Amino acid sequence: MKAFTKPAAALVAALFTLAGAADAAWELNMPVGVTKISETVYDLHMLILWICVVIGIVVFGAIIYSVIYHRKSRGAVAAEFHESTAVEIAWTVVPFVILVGMAVPAAKTLVEMEQTGDSDMTLKVTGYQWKWQYEYLDDGVTFFSTLATPREQIYGETEKGENYLLEVDKHVVLPVGKKVRILLTSNDVIHAWWVPDLAVKKDAIPGFINEMWTRIEEPGIYRGQCAELCGRDHGFMPIVVEAVPEDEYKAWVQRMKGATAEASDEGMREWSNAELIARGKDVYASSCAACHQPNGQGMAPAFPAIAGSPVATGPAEAHLALVLNGKPGTSMQAFAAQLSDADLAAVVTFQRNSFGNASGDAVQPAQVAAARN
Amino acid sequence: MSAAADAHHDDHHGSGYGWKRWLYTTNHKDIGTLYLWFAFVMFIIGGIMALIIRAELWTPGMQITDPQFFNSMTTMHALVMIFGVVMPGFVGLANWMVPMMVGGPDMAMPRMNNWSFWILPFGFGILLSTLFMEGGAPAAGWTIYPPLSLQGGDHVPFMIFAIHILGVSSVMGAINIIATILNLRAPGMTLMKMPLFVWTWLITAYLLIAVMPVLAGAVTMLLTDRFFDTSFFSAAGGGDPVMFQHIFWFFGHPEVYILILPAFGIVSSIIPTFARKHLFGYSSMVYATASIAFLSFIVWAHHMFTVGMPLAGELFFMFSTMLIAVPTGVKVFNWVATLWKGSMTFETPMLFALGFIIMFTIGGFSGLMLAITPVDFQYHDTYFVVAHFHYVLVPGAIYSIIAAVYFWIPKWTGHMYDETLGKWHFWLSTIFVNVLFFPMHFVGLAGMPRRIPDYALQFVDFNQIATIGAFGFGFSQLIFLYLVVKCIKGGEKATDRVWEGAHGLEWTLSSPPPYHSFSTPPEVKAEHHI
Repeated sequence: MKAFTKPAAALVAALFTLAGAADAAWELNMPVGVTKISETVYDLHMLILWICVVIGIVVFGAIIYSVIYHRKSRGAVAAEFHESTAVEIAWTVVPFVILVGMAVPAAKTLVEMEQTGDSDMTLKVTGYQWKWQYEYLDDGVTFFSTLATPREQIYGETEKGENYLLEVDKHVVLPVGKKVRILLTSNDVIHAWWVPDLAVKKDAIPGFINEMWTRIEEPGIYRGQCAELCGRDHGFMPIVVEAVPEDEYKAWVQRMKGATAEASDEGMREWSNAELIARGKDVYASSCAACHQPNGQGMAPAFPAIAGSPVATGPAEAHLALVLNGKPGTSMQAFAAQLSDADLAAVVTFQRNSFGNASGDAVQPAQVAAARN
Repeated sequence: MSAAADAHHDDHHGSGYGWKRWLYTTNHKDIGTLYLWFAFVMFIIGGIMALIIRAELWTPGMQITDPQFFNSMTTMHALVMIFGVVMPGFVGLANWMVPMMVGGPDMAMPRMNNWSFWILPFGFGILLSTLFMEGGAPAAGWTIYPPLSLQGGDHVPFMIFAIHILGVSSVMGAINIIATILNLRAPGMTLMKMPLFVWTWLITAYLLIAVMPVLAGAVTMLLTDRFFDTSFFSAAGGGDPVMFQHIFWFFGHPEVYILILPAFGIVSSIIPTFARKHLFGYSSMVYATASIAFLSFIVWAHHMFTVGMPLAGELFFMFSTMLIAVPTGVKVFNWVATLWKGSMTFETPMLFALGFIIMFTIGGFSGLMLAITPVDFQYHDTYFVVAHFHYVLVPGAIYSIIAAVYFWIPKWTGHMYDETLGKWHFWLSTIFVNVLFFPMHFVGLAGMPRRIPDYALQFVDFNQIATIGAFGFGFSQLIFLYLVVKCIKGGEKATDRVWEGAHGLEWTLSSPPPYHSFSTPPEVKAEHHI
């Protein structure tokens, strides 16, 4: 035995050193969360965990006792018994009763979680590869939310930020104390919308609408991720919910509506090439680079290169049409609904004048507006 | 019949020498050996994939893989380990042991047996070839949910045909095992006298026949959706992507028990041998196995609680899933009662069997937690699930296969293995397997989704611990390889009985046993029962 204790001790020591060196918190357990449901779910989780721990202590205790005292080297002689109807009935019935004890509170919680009626507002969430679209059906606000962590952090070229991979360009702002009904669907493959602090997770399925609800009790920022494998960048489509008091929520809705108006103003005027390319560079980074790569080289065969592609060097109308309408049967999405006229004009212009493409032409927001119809 | 007569008899049998012996063989022991070596090779391949995954997850950021390749690794790791390691491993053990345990000469259908094995390398050749294709290997997870799985490139038809081949192999193997058990038992070997390994395999074989065609159907529908314009799983054409998940898990849940029932049988053979005591509750073990098999058909949707089922469906699948804890509990309690007041020794097979009972039970506990639907919404698709199924599959199914090899290899080769090395193998594996999988419970509860190539900073510590465990566990298996090769080449001569507490017909044969196990049916005596 001595030979075995040495490597084991060294290993344990190594693990503790590692733990001491890292300064991040040791998250061991499920978050309690910030809704009544999430607290109930946490309590259920702990109840079942403790029941398992107690059963574990009894069963493993019996095994360890046996292993110590009923070994041949101690002179133990094997007993003859090999069945007992009473004992066997007991250990069938007792676990059954314990299970019923677990099932009752579990069923109660589940029933509560499925009560999506009487909601104060409705948020529609649509999964895209690889971003989320949010539509506030009562307030008329719609936007896309994409990963805000720069690629340089992911590829280790710069220091990783505090909320690495869990930050987005636009938060989902929700009022506290209101029952929010969440409708879920998808534009392409199956995704799942999950925020651990709210204890809600459900699949977003193309062609179907799922529903769930939450009522956030405390203002704050709550982070989550897509929980269903949805392709290459499944790990890179986080969710950030910002819960605020109702008046702040109303002010936010007004601001968002103002932003939409501003975007349509932008679409009215004539842009210079330099302006378009500068704006297009940002749009490309957030909407295109995940597939077509920051250098425009793509990843054959699923994601073709933009550098030197016949589309980006051919007629501008066809290029714009492809970006607007996508290419059915491939991962190329239709961006018409996702980006404003100005953004679309900018990104197409950027693609036609970058990565060695030098068409020299520009697409104006007005052309995009015309192409939409 | 004397051993000398057997040896003489053997000289005139067999199917040639060199590679021809292995390609043409219809002998249950040769085919069992082929299956077991195949499983080991696949274990190395699947293990390398696991180490690539763990190396990428050593620290946040993308280091060594591209996200798409990472997804291929998780997908292929699962397919290889399930279909290439655990299933062929159990079939190999059944080939070796079922005829010897029931007192038969060989498997009932020896030529089909040859086929069952030899199409496997081709199936896996096709599957693994996708790694070298443009666009890469399957990357939609081993559950191949559409629409994502249909976005794949050239690998889609290759993967589907590979799954068809593996299914055909499994079904042929299952038919053979059922035919052998039902027809080739020695006189006096009634069903309720069969060793539990034979019982659990009989039930497993029926599960295989019931569900492998369901998987074949599901993947065929994927194939026609992709290439022949059907819309089984496409909402745009009136189909339903969730229907695939229902069909898949109607296969998938019984499949889970296909991967664990034979393990129950192995442990039920090893524990009484080294406790020197009869197995406690033999008939309740048989009934519990049958109950688990029955329940496995009515719990499938607990894998998909988040798809948006009606409340009644969620409640039904929660209750039926919780019920499985009852027969599973009966089994664990029976093993503990077998140990109780035994006279135990701790040779390597016993160590692995004890490790199995404790760590499988830990996986059972997390399984019970996952059954609770409202809480499952938090666990679903996180590392908590990854921890759960790896506890039941690695220190569960894989440990049982390793335990079985240690238990029976003296019988197979006629040589004792190196006990000291065996103990090193057990202790290193057991320390590292827990270092590997236990922290996954924590990161899962703290909110880390599964199948992601990169993760947020709060998950770093436990991921690094898991990666250390993975490399430690992986390299510990090289001890096993060395030990097995050494045992085949030579070693202390094994007696026929091998273990002091061994019962059962296989121990009445010589070590190694004659080419045709029992040419004349043996007499089944009371002492052969365990």
